[in-house]
Amino acid sequence: MSYAVKAAAAVAAALGSFALLFTFERPPVDTVQTGYRGLGIEQVYNPRTEAATLAANQLPEVIARVPAVGPRAGQVYQNVQVLGDITVAQFARTMAALTQWVSPEQGCNYCHNPNNMASDEIYTKVVARRMLQMTARINAEWKSHVQETGVTCYTCHRGNPVPAYSWYNNDRPPRAAGLAAGQAGQNLAAPTVGYASLPNDPFTPYLEQASLIRVQTPAPRVMPVKPGIKDAEWTYGLMMHMSTSLGVNCTYCHNSRAWYSWEESPPTRTNAWHGIRMVRDVNNNFITPLQPVWAANPNGPPTGPAQSRVGIHGDPLKVNCGTCHQGNYKPLLGQSMLRDYPELNAVTKIDAPEPIRQ
Amino acid sequence: MAEYQNIFTRIQVVGPAYPGVPLPKGDNPRKYTPGHWHLLGRLGDAQIGPVYLGWLGLLSIFTGFLAFEIIGLVMLDSVNWDIRQFVRQLFWLALEPPPPKYGLRFPPLNEGGWWIIAGFLLSVSVVLWWLRTYRRARALGMGTHVAWAFAAALWLYFVCGFFRPLLMGSWSEAVPFGIFPHLDWTAALSIRYGNLFYNPFHALSIVFLYGATLLFAMHGATILALGRFGGEREIELAVDRGTAAERGGLFWRWTMGFNASFESIHRWAWWFAVLCPLTGGIGILLTGTVVDNWHQWAMQHAFAPSYPPESWNALPDPLTLAPGGAR
Repeated sequence: MSYAVKAAAAVAAALGSFALLFTFERPPVDTVQTGYRGLGIEQVYNPRTEAATLAANQLPEVIARVPAVGPRAGQVYQNVQVLGDITVAQFARTMAALTQWVSPEQGCNYCHNPNNMASDEIYTKVVARRMLQMTARINAEWKSHVQETGVTCYTCHRGNPVPAYSWYNNDRPPRAAGLAAGQAGQNLAAPTVGYASLPNDPFTPYLEQASLIRVQTPAPRVMPVKPGIKDAEWTYGLMMHMSTSLGVNCTYCHNSRAWYSWEESPPTRTNAWHGIRMVRDVNNNFITPLQPVWAANPNGPPTGPAQSRVGIHGDPLKVNCGTCHQGNYKPLLGQSMLRDYPELNAVTKIDAPEPIRQ
Repeated sequence: MAEYQNIFTRIQVVGPAYPGVPLPKGDNPRKYTPGHWHLLGRLGDAQIGPVYLGWLGLLSIFTGFLAFEIIGLVMLDSVNWDIRQFVRQLFWLALEPPPPKYGLRFPPLNEGGWWIIAGFLLSVSVVLWWLRTYRRARALGMGTHVAWAFAAALWLYFVCGFFRPLLMGSWSEAVPFGIFPHLDWTAALSIRYGNLFYNPFHALSIVFLYGATLLFAMHGATILALGRFGGEREIELAVDRGTAAERGGLFWRWTMGFNASFESIHRWAWWFAVLCPLTGGIGILLTGTVVDNWHQWAMQHAFAPSYPPESWNALPDPLTLAPGGAR
């Protein structure tokens, strides 16, 4: 072999190993069979990332429980609209927990005017109240998804004023009127769908609107036009998001030989089905109604830190599967924080229309 | 030993270049004196030329270039004419067919109109090139096997991009032009129509695909292994078996019980290769037009196994249980 050929081969080998090294996780991985034999129904775990996953899902220290005796918060404090039924001590504990979960660095003043704690003048207090209602709604009405584990503020916030994973309406190709206007919101390297070239905003149709996710026969007859391949690409995009957000593969919820078949699906699929409806409820009845508040403060409270609260259309940052799950099959690996904070379920005035369960 | 294990040609014979047989009346003359390029000779034949510039070929290259340009410019537009992003995301970019609402009508140019134009030009280009392969084969006095093999590939191309969308009544069912997008389309086609794995013509197509590669590997290996006995002189050996043909045949009878002849192996390989897109095209043509869900079809025809329901702990479709949700 001539020198040039050898040099070219060496360069190609170096490039190839570089690509291999940074594209794939190295073996060995652990494979766990979770379904009937011979169908590849199994989950794959990388033992070398488990320590990091466990560390990232450490629960914050539980604030000591207080007895439910004494005067009610609603009787002692002014302008307590949703947590008035718990005692003053429980109220204080809940406020301390909220601060720890949502604004540990900013403190109480992230939502409160220290000179008048009852005032709603700082908009984040209005948002926090609505989020308490949302949390109670999820824990009361969406047990079909969150079971008895439930959610707290920490499930999404994890110590951040704005949860790390969210989305906004993004229906635009970069050049809306140009030659490529008709590319159906797809064909760009999109992290939302696991870097496939699938439609890169599957959230607006499925997690805000209630577009039909089912594309295979037998699909319900409500679909006015028979779904086609492009509809399948949208559904595929949503499923890529779910798979990425939960850190699982398709067979966590489906027997992949027959996506449509409920007879051959594990119960996790039913749980996910309710989860999709739950996210729509959360987005449409709790997040989107707060839009004017965020539109008035698009970069958060004036005390900062400045971080965007709205998307390119001025719509608020909304919830998808990743907001709670954050890469895990269950948020916080299935550990229940709600058990330690029953005060969160004391919110009775939800102030939202009945959830839609279909 | 290394002679037979090297992917590159080891011996290049350089002599006066062969100008080809006389052309039929009315054909354009061949152009350029043939030359030799050593590096190409490592892979195949070192001779380049003489070149034949016929109208079919020129028009084919021209229409193909136009289609290529349209696809490239739309891709460039989709990243806002940013060359860096064009290079970075090239594998993701595409020219999409029209959305379903237009059916088979001609949509606005930026909503799939360019896709129809580019698809038409590309179709013209490949058909003209097919005619060229046919007519050049005839001009050399050859059979037209290559042209018909190419036609088999074109059958699959036209099924995916023309015949099936026509039967489905919508251009939106056709393939986008793009690297990853056409792969995503393939996956979405299978997902939408209930798993192409259960399409028997798809299965046949895979049989012929793998079969063709297996046959080619067996044949290539046999001829290379017989090189020291002159095994590459296949044509002579087909008629007048020498020791190479005898040894090769005996080898396969010993290891497989049966052997192809020096002639029949080429027929087998050709038919396997050609049947791959022919059967595949039939399978795609039936998808969505005749069979809407291949898994259901396979269950009805006892082509797919069923599994014990208790092995899933399956729950009923929640939509049928939802209030007012009964189908």
